[in-house]
Amino acid sequence: MEVPILRQGQYLIASIQSALTDADLSHLREALIAQVGRSRCRGVIVDVTALDVMDSFAVRTLRDIAHMARLRGAETVIVGIQPDVAFAMVQLGLTLKGVATVLDLEEGLAFLDGRTKDRGLDTRPKRPPSNPPRG
Amino acid sequence: MADTKRSVSVSTRTSEAPGGGALSESSAGLLRELVAHLRQNRTQLREEWARRITRAELLTAMTEEEIFAEATAVYDNYVEALETGTFEALQAYSRRLSERIIPRGVETDEVVGIVLLLRDVLARSLFNKYQDNVEKLNRILDSYEPAANRIANTVAVGFVEERERIIRQQQEAIRELSTPVLQVRERLLILPIIGVIDPQRARQLTEQLLRAIRANRAKVVVIDVTGVAAMDSGVANHLVQTVEASRLLGATVIVTGLSPEIAQTLVTIGVDLSEMATVGDLQGGIEEAERLLADRAAIPGPQPGREPGTELTR
Amino acid sequence: MGEELRLPIAADVDVVEARQQGRALAAVAGFSSGEQTVIAAAISEIARNILMYAKKGEVILSLVQNGDRQGVSIVATDQGPGIPDVDRAMQYGYSTSHGVGAGLPGAKRLMDEFEVDSVVGRGTTIKMKKWRRAI
Repeated sequence: MEVPILRQGQYLIASIQSALTDADLSHLREALIAQVGRSRCRGVIVDVTALDVMDSFAVRTLRDIAHMARLRGAETVIVGIQPDVAFAMVQLGLTLKGVATVLDLEEGLAFLDGRTKDRGLDTRPKRPPSNPPRG
Repeated sequence: MADTKRSVSVSTRTSEAPGGGALSESSAGLLRELVAHLRQNRTQLREEWARRITRAELLTAMTEEEIFAEATAVYDNYVEALETGTFEALQAYSRRLSERIIPRGVETDEVVGIVLLLRDVLARSLFNKYQDNVEKLNRILDSYEPAANRIANTVAVGFVEERERIIRQQQEAIRELSTPVLQVRERLLILPIIGVIDPQRARQLTEQLLRAIRANRAKVVVIDVTGVAAMDSGVANHLVQTVEASRLLGATVIVTGLSPEIAQTLVTIGVDLSEMATVGDLQGGIEEAERLLADRAAIPGPQPGREPGTELTR
Repeated sequence: MGEELRLPIAADVDVVEARQQGRALAAVAGFSSGEQTVIAAAISEIARNILMYAKKGEVILSLVQNGDRQGVSIVATDQGPGIPDVDRAMQYGYSTSHGVGAGLPGAKRLMDEFEVDSVVGRGTTIKMKKWRRAI
């Protein structure tokens, strides 16, 4: 199951559509790293709204993505963790410490805008419409 | 009373009973005789039953007139079940009856009690009628016993199931009503926690809060524990989990009203209070929350633990 | 009690299947949506453990009853290398891989009953149960 990765300005948006196997997650990580490396990417959004479970492998992968992206100068933000999934995660003892998490795509874009502005970059991507297209 | 194990000829069916066809014929006949007797003596038996219910101090939540009215319906349904050998009607009646009497405070043991009383009243009446013919009495009781047992069972189970259904319903309704999460202004939620929190309630509160965060797109949540007297380590742990889960949804949590005792509990379970945003009282917490919301730099950042300055400039 | 659902675990798609079936079963048993997610997460961890350490095994799901309480039973079994030191493996935080592992201790935290039986060289069986709150 290939996760579609869209480009929006200087951001990459990976929109997970359904349950992913470990292999799918690994592929996603590789694909994102490659794309971040290739382009002038300032931010990565991973939308996990459709994930019904976030287990240790998923968390590990997301942390890897954030870490790798940061090494290449891009911020990562995870959006769309469901309430039930968040609760199960904390009960399992999984945290996404060190990785930004926000409610949804709109928040994610606002977050990245804020971060890239903070870093003193002048070239901010155009403000997205209120309902940015999703993968 | 006849030993119910002796023969299992449920005489309502005309299938072969042990002993041969002749017996099953008369079983059916006996049953008809039995039902006729119960119908003929309906008034008197019903009254006796109602009297015994009062004497046994059952159904105290109901008046005598009410008891009598219900007794009539129960009696008729009882005899009908005996006659037809089918119990669906009885089951349905039992549920409806339960629906009526449960809100009146009638308990399970009372319902079982009155059914057993009726069974006894009818059995004694059979004794009286057939005492001169022991053999026939035994055969009649053989017909009566299994059916009577099943009736008692059906009514009791119907009552218990209805009771459980009502309790579930009530609990659900309470849960719906008591949405403790308040939206004070846009993107700011307050969750005041009051009283004693057991693990189940704690779990419920967390679920409600997380759903509210999502529904209201809240950025800041103030959890006020002023009203919580004491917190054991389990619930304290739960509070920490709630804070962490809220962060995963992009909301910052401010905990207010921590008493020294609760703060101590948190420290004991290993919580680093310097990592948890706390303010003395609710008012202060709300002000802090509004400050966070107003401050444009308070677009949510990553959680504590992140090393600053790791971005490389391109 | 009655039927059980036997799910082979031999590839990572099987992990997804096992947790989705687990969620469905939990729904049948009347668990809330949050609890279903918790159960799915626990299954995911345990099933992945099978894959990682034993390469293949089985997850057996069934409904269980205790008086008036309903619950789900999850048994994960394999003929893998076994766990040399179960106590150590159950210590929270211990993990042989990458340190985000939730694995056994994580799953245990989520379940009401949890039992590990492991013989080095022969295999491992993990039995877990979660009960719906009684009325």
